[in-house]
Amino acid sequence: MMRSPRFDATVLTLGFAFLYIPIIILIVYSFNASRLVTVWGGFSLNWYSAMWSNQGLMDAAWVTARVGVLSATLGTILGTMAALALTRFARFPGRMAFSGMIYAPLVMPEVITGLSLLLLFVAMGVDRGFWTVTIAHTTFTMCYVAIVVQSRLLTFDRSLEEAALDLGCPPVKTFFKITLPLIFPAVIAGWMLAFTLSLDDLVIASFNTGPGATTLPIKIYSQVRLGVTPEINAICTILIGLVTIGVIAASLTTKRAELRRVRDEHLAIRGAER
Amino acid sequence: MAKTLGPVKRKFSPWTDPNAVPFIRFENITKRFGDFVAVDNLTLDIYEKEFFSLLGPSGCGKTTLMRMLAGFEEPTEGRILLQGQDIRGVPPYRRPTNMMFQSYALFPHMTVEKNIAFGLEQDNMPKGEITARVQELLKLVKLEQFAKRKPNQLSGGQRQRVALARSLAKRPKVLLLDEPLGALDKKLREETQFELMDLQHTLGMTFLIVTHDQEEAMTVSDRIAVMDKGIIMQVATPAEIYEAPNSRYVADFIGDINIIEGKIAETASALGAPGTVRIESEGLSIAVDQECQAVKDDHVAFAVRPEKVRISLDAPADTSANAFYGEVWDIGYLGDFSLFIVRSEDGRFFRAAQANVSRLVDRPITFGDMVWLTWSRDAGLVLTR
Repeated sequence: MMRSPRFDATVLTLGFAFLYIPIIILIVYSFNASRLVTVWGGFSLNWYSAMWSNQGLMDAAWVTARVGVLSATLGTILGTMAALALTRFARFPGRMAFSGMIYAPLVMPEVITGLSLLLLFVAMGVDRGFWTVTIAHTTFTMCYVAIVVQSRLLTFDRSLEEAALDLGCPPVKTFFKITLPLIFPAVIAGWMLAFTLSLDDLVIASFNTGPGATTLPIKIYSQVRLGVTPEINAICTILIGLVTIGVIAASLTTKRAELRRVRDEHLAIRGAER
Repeated sequence: MAKTLGPVKRKFSPWTDPNAVPFIRFENITKRFGDFVAVDNLTLDIYEKEFFSLLGPSGCGKTTLMRMLAGFEEPTEGRILLQGQDIRGVPPYRRPTNMMFQSYALFPHMTVEKNIAFGLEQDNMPKGEITARVQELLKLVKLEQFAKRKPNQLSGGQRQRVALARSLAKRPKVLLLDEPLGALDKKLREETQFELMDLQHTLGMTFLIVTHDQEEAMTVSDRIAVMDKGIIMQVATPAEIYEAPNSRYVADFIGDINIIEGKIAETASALGAPGTVRIESEGLSIAVDQECQAVKDDHVAFAVRPEKVRISLDAPADTSANAFYGEVWDIGYLGDFSLFIVRSEDGRFFRAAQANVSRLVDRPITFGDMVWLTWSRDAGLVLTR
């Protein structure tokens, strides 16, 4: 197929426009002086200050942050343990079923995950609120962590652990001194993924939430139903900013690690030549 | 790198002493992985301060045997005694053995120093003593200026030295070396082999090395166990393994050898000279001075190393036995030696090696020449296994 540079440029522009124009409009209108979301009334930071004084929105943000940190941390611990079990303990009964089951929550419709957890909490007679949302998020984020950590463990050289054992280091200490430091980037990546998933989950949270535990997505969704105010645009812009900073930071970290590896290899080659 | 010569080696052969107590004893060891038998009812004694090699092709069970001693695998049957103590069930972190891994297994997130100190820290050795010991080891492996480097800032040879230093740090009773020199180039490997021997002699440790490289095993070992399919074919000194292999397998595995299948035609009693047998092999008659269990008409193999075969353009005085006539089929020039491959009229091949003692480029014997290969009655041996 003949491809002209102009065609490529057009496709690229259209693609990016499709992806980013809605976001750009959202950001632009967060600086709108007018109360009407679709009419530009001049530049203003009013909605940002209004957002800070909107107690309901701020409470929701605080709940979301706490749920995110807590569930991501719990999910990371459980997910890492599951990944270790799946890669390490060779052939225990039901291993195949277990490793298949770890993928199930990934493909399960969120509505079903949310509903089944709700039914569980109701059956157990647990009052829904902050903790039920946290547990629900831990449940569905841990399998993402397990998959990220598992893929790192598959390429992990077992002889490193054997060497530590051989040198007199007991198994648990070996995990913390050798295994964990080496898989730590994957664990951190898993944590960030879990935190992000928890941050923007609406469906599962709305099933399992209760009084006083309204998360930000739930709050935004319910406010939008009453009509979009530019305050929503403002908080979304801040969220976008946070995510962007996170992504850039993560990619810079990996890039620096890569540069360091290349430099180390050069050093090694020079070391070999002397 | 300057070579330091250790003290002159004394003759060391505790295995010939019936009263010697083995340091390590594998007793009727069997190891199965599912249906696969990796080690099959194996018994082996290794003595204190011995440099012992397990030699065999990949999959022969040598690494499994070593891993059982280190504690990474448990034998399915049998027991392992270390200084008379059954070490079954003792986890690897409580065994007085240390291992140098084939992949070196250096901790990538720790400096060279930290890697070497790791084992000592596990023993809660005082900090000052650890520093002193690490310095001593860095000096031993000549890596003092690399103490602060990370493993991926080192070359292959340097990494190998760090791995060695780390495995020596705790002064283990037994040092296990799993294909330790596999990743090094030939020259560095040879150098390191001699350094290992010096080191083992100086430190007075027992070394157990796993290798598939027969030259390496021959160079460094006091004794070699040649393994195949989970069993030991022969345990002997390098010279015995080379000069008196007990089977076709061992003969063929170590060095270059001519193996001729045949039948016993006459035994000692019939020949009138004790300790002599005559083998017939499709028109070739071979006389061997050897005490031999085989009787007339037994199928046996005659084995003779190429360097023990003379090659000549002239017929020998006696062509009735130990003489092979044929055409020079191929010549392998190896520098110090030339290997002649001679083909008889009926299509059989025989190899003879000749030392290149003069600097002639044009050899007197060349392709297509008709030559006589001869060997004395004590040059080869009869193999019944």
